[in-house]
Amino acid sequence: MNCKTTLTGMAMIAALTAPAMAQSTSTLDTVKERGRLICGSSQGTPGFGAPDDNGYWRGLDVETCRAVAVAVLDDKDAVDFVPLSGQQRIPALQTGEIDMLPRTLTWTLQRDANGINFTTPNYYEYTGFMMPKSLGITSVEDMAGASVCVQTGSTTEVVVNDVSTKNDLDLQPVVFDNTTAGRQAFFSGRCDALITDAGALASVRATMADNPDDYVIFPATPYMDALTPAVRHGDDQWLDIVTWSIQAMIAAEAFGLNSENIDDYLDSDDPRIRRFLGTDPGNGAALGLSDDFAYRIVKSVGNYAEVYDRNVGMDSPLKLERGYNALFNDGGLMFPLAFQ
Amino acid sequence: MLSLWYSQRARSWAMQIALLGGLVLFVWWLAGNTHENLTERGIRTGFDYLWRPARFPISESIIRYDASDSFFWAYVVGLANTLWLSFLSILLATVLGLAVGLSRRSAHPLLSRFAGVYVTVLRNVPLIVQLLFWYAIATSLFPVPREALNPLPGVFLSIRGVYAPALTLGPGASMLLIVAAILLVIAIVAGFKLSAGKRLPVKAASVGLSVCVWAGAVVWLSGMLGHPIGLEAPALKGLNFRGGMVLSPEFAAIITGLTIYTSAFIGEIIRGGIDAVEKGQWEGARALGLGERHIMFRIILPQALRIIVPPMTSQYLSTVKNTTLAVAVGYPELGLVVNTVINQTGQAIESILIMLAVFLSISLSVSAFMNWYNARVALVVR
Repeated sequence: MNCKTTLTGMAMIAALTAPAMAQSTSTLDTVKERGRLICGSSQGTPGFGAPDDNGYWRGLDVETCRAVAVAVLDDKDAVDFVPLSGQQRIPALQTGEIDMLPRTLTWTLQRDANGINFTTPNYYEYTGFMMPKSLGITSVEDMAGASVCVQTGSTTEVVVNDVSTKNDLDLQPVVFDNTTAGRQAFFSGRCDALITDAGALASVRATMADNPDDYVIFPATPYMDALTPAVRHGDDQWLDIVTWSIQAMIAAEAFGLNSENIDDYLDSDDPRIRRFLGTDPGNGAALGLSDDFAYRIVKSVGNYAEVYDRNVGMDSPLKLERGYNALFNDGGLMFPLAFQ
Repeated sequence: MLSLWYSQRARSWAMQIALLGGLVLFVWWLAGNTHENLTERGIRTGFDYLWRPARFPISESIIRYDASDSFFWAYVVGLANTLWLSFLSILLATVLGLAVGLSRRSAHPLLSRFAGVYVTVLRNVPLIVQLLFWYAIATSLFPVPREALNPLPGVFLSIRGVYAPALTLGPGASMLLIVAAILLVIAIVAGFKLSAGKRLPVKAASVGLSVCVWAGAVVWLSGMLGHPIGLEAPALKGLNFRGGMVLSPEFAAIITGLTIYTSAFIGEIIRGGIDAVEKGQWEGARALGLGERHIMFRIILPQALRIIVPPMTSQYLSTVKNTTLAVAVGYPELGLVVNTVINQTGQAIESILIMLAVFLSISLSVSAFMNWYNARVALVVR
């Protein structure tokens, strides 16, 4: 809601006008002292971040937070989730309301240059349009004159405009501040199309449509976006911790380690795996964590494939193919960095 | 020196200077902290972003906007929408509120009860809920564009809004309009002059005749210029209607919601104002033999106005501020534009400051105008 945004703005002004802390403490120390990790989350996009029927938060982005909580606090449930709208999320991170922002956030130059730091992509996807199949449209070129429900606070506002200008489509945007209102407007027929990240569209289709098969999703642009958890500017150690916690899940999949078989590898002879698991010490200490942080992440959260499959992949209602989110050696973009 | 301490004047001056100095220091301290914090967190500051292209769409606007315009222009477009919305809803709510206020004072039990229920219900349901209600109605009442209702030729009702033919102005249109206006004045004046001193029916017939002559002349002139003024009817092209004027469901919902909600408060203010006029005024007027309607509009309402204007000022100010709730139903007023700009640029402080400054100026202008009006209607004490 608008008032909330204004309040966020006010809170931001308040936080920024306050006297600077003499030698501000590091995020790692703050989190350890608090005993909880505070994560910005979506206002409800099942598969990426939403509470289930019991109020337990689930989703790909949620589990990214849980991985960090395991690395730092050794407890995947020591996380508090703060639901944030598209335009609240960045001020919330900048002002210290949350410790990290893993919320389907596209890595853009303007954001990167302006007060937040991106860690490592945890999801690649295109921006997509969803339309009712009955309209018979399956590509951007045929969309002339379509009205499009857009949610503000996202990169999609600019995408709508760019696509419309480039293809001379005269798209008619209807912009909503509230995610739910925009989605409902689409299903009520107010707009011909809904635009957002394709993964979120799949989530909306799987959870909100009366009959998911009645809707088609297709790319709005030929470009991929790298959805990347972000942290506050100016705390390099925390940036590294979040980066390598996410990397631990990707690397584990590359090594063939998962939450079930990982204990079998504790006495492995492979030096890379020994360093990864902390059997050979050094990695964790370099980050200010215990040496077995990667082991603990995989043991209690799982590797990237497990997290993907149960939240957005074939074991979930979204049924999204791995596609570009497969490992590099399977034709995807997920690439483990060197744990040494 | 000691005498200065005992001087009332000196002490109050010293106090004022100390306060002012304190305030300046406080603002200085705030600005310094903010700057330091922003720099430390690597957040860009400054207003130079205002001149960069905005690149995001604004769904409807009363002044021209293109996504290649600057952020500054986007603010102006949002502001224009806010002002337009405020103006219309204040105007409509005042008219409707007057009707509600008078109905509550009516001797007719059905009318006054109905007005009572209206006021109670609308004042006690949050505005945001009402807006969402109207929006839900606006987007569920009508069919999809392909099955749009067509009550009049060229008018279409669908879930995308109400489409109606729009005037199109070709070359020579402004000349035609000016000439037509001048001719109309001449025609009416001539009609009155010719029938001067005659009885009313003759007068009316005479004016009517000269207006007919005027209409003929305008049609002839329009033909001479190649019919520069035309109607453009909306037509279903592809997925949506194109051309013509459109009343979007978003605008319809916000204007309906704001008007109806505000009218309940205005009705109460007007009723209170009327009730506050002394009973003796009614009795005195009746003693003079005036009719009830005369008493109300000539004697009571002018006096009630003095009581009504100050609370009405607050109500108008609230209405202006309430327009920011339009964001909930997707109407792009200033608040929505500011939200979008914050997200696109990350420059929250600058954007919020601009919004604060704009709303402060609007509110101060409204209140200055109402104070001026209040001074005019106030009782002159001699």
